[in-house]
Amino acid sequence: MILARADQASRRYGDVLALDRVDVEVRAGELVGLLGPNGAGKSTLMNLLVGLRRPSSGRVELFGGDPRDPASRRQIGVTPQETGLPGTLRVGEVVDFVSAHYPDPVPRGELLDRFGLGDLARRQTGGLSGGQRRRLAVALAFVGRPRLVLLDEPTTGLDVAARHTLWDAIRAFHDDGGTVLLSSHYLEEVEALARRVVVIGQGRVLADDTVDAVRGIVGVRRVSLVAADLPELPGVVRTERIDGRLHLLTTDADQLVRSLVTAGTAFTDLEVRPTSLEEAFLAITNSSEPTAASQPTAASRPTIGGQPTTGDQPSTGDQPSTAAAGGRPTTA
Amino acid sequence: MQLALVHARYQLLEIIRIPVAVFGSAFFPAAAMIFFVVPFAGDDPAGATFATASMVTFSVMSANIFQYGVGVAEDRDQPWNPYTRTLPAGPAPRFTGRVLAGLALTYLSLIPVVVIGATLTAARITPAAFLLTAGTVAVISVPFTLMGLAIGYSLPSKAAIVVAQVVFLPLAFGGGLLSAPGEAPGFIETIAPFLPTRGAAELMWSAVGDYRIEPLSVIMLGVWVVLLAALAGWAYRRDEGRRFS
Repeated sequence: MILARADQASRRYGDVLALDRVDVEVRAGELVGLLGPNGAGKSTLMNLLVGLRRPSSGRVELFGGDPRDPASRRQIGVTPQETGLPGTLRVGEVVDFVSAHYPDPVPRGELLDRFGLGDLARRQTGGLSGGQRRRLAVALAFVGRPRLVLLDEPTTGLDVAARHTLWDAIRAFHDDGGTVLLSSHYLEEVEALARRVVVIGQGRVLADDTVDAVRGIVGVRRVSLVAADLPELPGVVRTERIDGRLHLLTTDADQLVRSLVTAGTAFTDLEVRPTSLEEAFLAITNSSEPTAASQPTAASRPTIGGQPTTGDQPSTGDQPSTAAAGGRPTTA
Repeated sequence: MQLALVHARYQLLEIIRIPVAVFGSAFFPAAAMIFFVVPFAGDDPAGATFATASMVTFSVMSANIFQYGVGVAEDRDQPWNPYTRTLPAGPAPRFTGRVLAGLALTYLSLIPVVVIGATLTAARITPAAFLLTAGTVAVISVPFTLMGLAIGYSLPSKAAIVVAQVVFLPLAFGGGLLSAPGEAPGFIETIAPFLPTRGAAELMWSAVGDYRIEPLSVIMLGVWVVLLAALAGWAYRRDEGRRFS
């Protein structure tokens, strides 16, 4: 059964196209991660799905109905990206207020205990720490015994311990049969929780697949080295030359280094580093546009004669100066 | 409308936790009572009663313009407001709750004016007239509630504060609230019937004592209600549009 669906949904703010013909379906029992860099359109998609905004074109559905109809929202719980709680109300009062909207709410004490907020029921929310406020905001999504929760970057600003408490609560909800749509710009968070990932960039769905498959796509490595020119290399998503160093973004750093060595290319100062998610996304996004793939970056400049080393030593015996960091096996 | 009561209760709680906010809307009319009504009209029972009714009108106006104008604009700035729109309830309970809370606070802000009128002046009123007046207060709240909502939904909070302040004094003076009925300076008597404050004040005067309502003022009050309702409705839809369409 499909609990939430976007069908060719677009959303425009003035001149900016925040979402561009997005198709997403969330089925009952799934735990779906919505992954993307800041400004990719994750929150816009969330806002469409919970009825806060209307799509400029296309359709969104919640439990088969219009999300803007209150009846469609009876079985959802929401945590918005921004934690805005009325500062003068006490924690218990905020919970009671939200509870009043549901026929069979979770008792206040039970809910607060589940999120480690049991001692704070009498405190005014304005006096809570940022992390406590965030946990309360997430807890509120679960008050009405929802079938589907939509959490917009739920752990932003939390320390490691608080993040794990929240993850446990989200997992427990999912294990009981609950459905979760969770947005994040942390790959680790999505890896820790979700089985399915929808990658969003520049308002479009770039990938919708299992965590493993997406990890393979975004598991892009940055191989950087100093070399005069390079042969054709496999798996390179993007090449750029910055201050005399060549940076190659690749999905398979091992194979790239092997090919480099086999080809007998002269190079020095090899480094292999994991990329940030942001870089990986940019690489995917750009490579999906044919014109941008081979385009040199603004930082590139003619470097003839400016190369410090190269060529005074055959590279066959060279050890890479840096081993691949990160320790995660690169999937081919 | 149980949810409306829930919303009203929590909005009152939010406001009462900051008592200065309640004090603010009661202060100006109470001060005006002490400085203008007590020394000048305090000894004349009919004059003091009318003057007290004028100050109650003043109080109703300022309480509503400020609490809706500034309150709505500030709420719109808070992320809590969009969150409540994801709850399974339409806009009606929140809106009704706000109006109920507003009415409760309006009555609260009237207490000082009424107490001063009863103790420091010769103003007198029969119990039946008192009840009638209390009902009239709810009626004359309507145009000022709509005016506050129009301001609150169309402006950001910083602009709303300024506009509320700019609007309420000319309305009070221009409507002749600071003069005895029929005794305001000439040009005010000319413009007063066209301001919503005058129609509201005349309804109050006729409730507390022997005053014959000027039809023009009441007709204009009706026109204002229609105009302000249209303006508030337009601002509300435009705001929803900006946020969601």
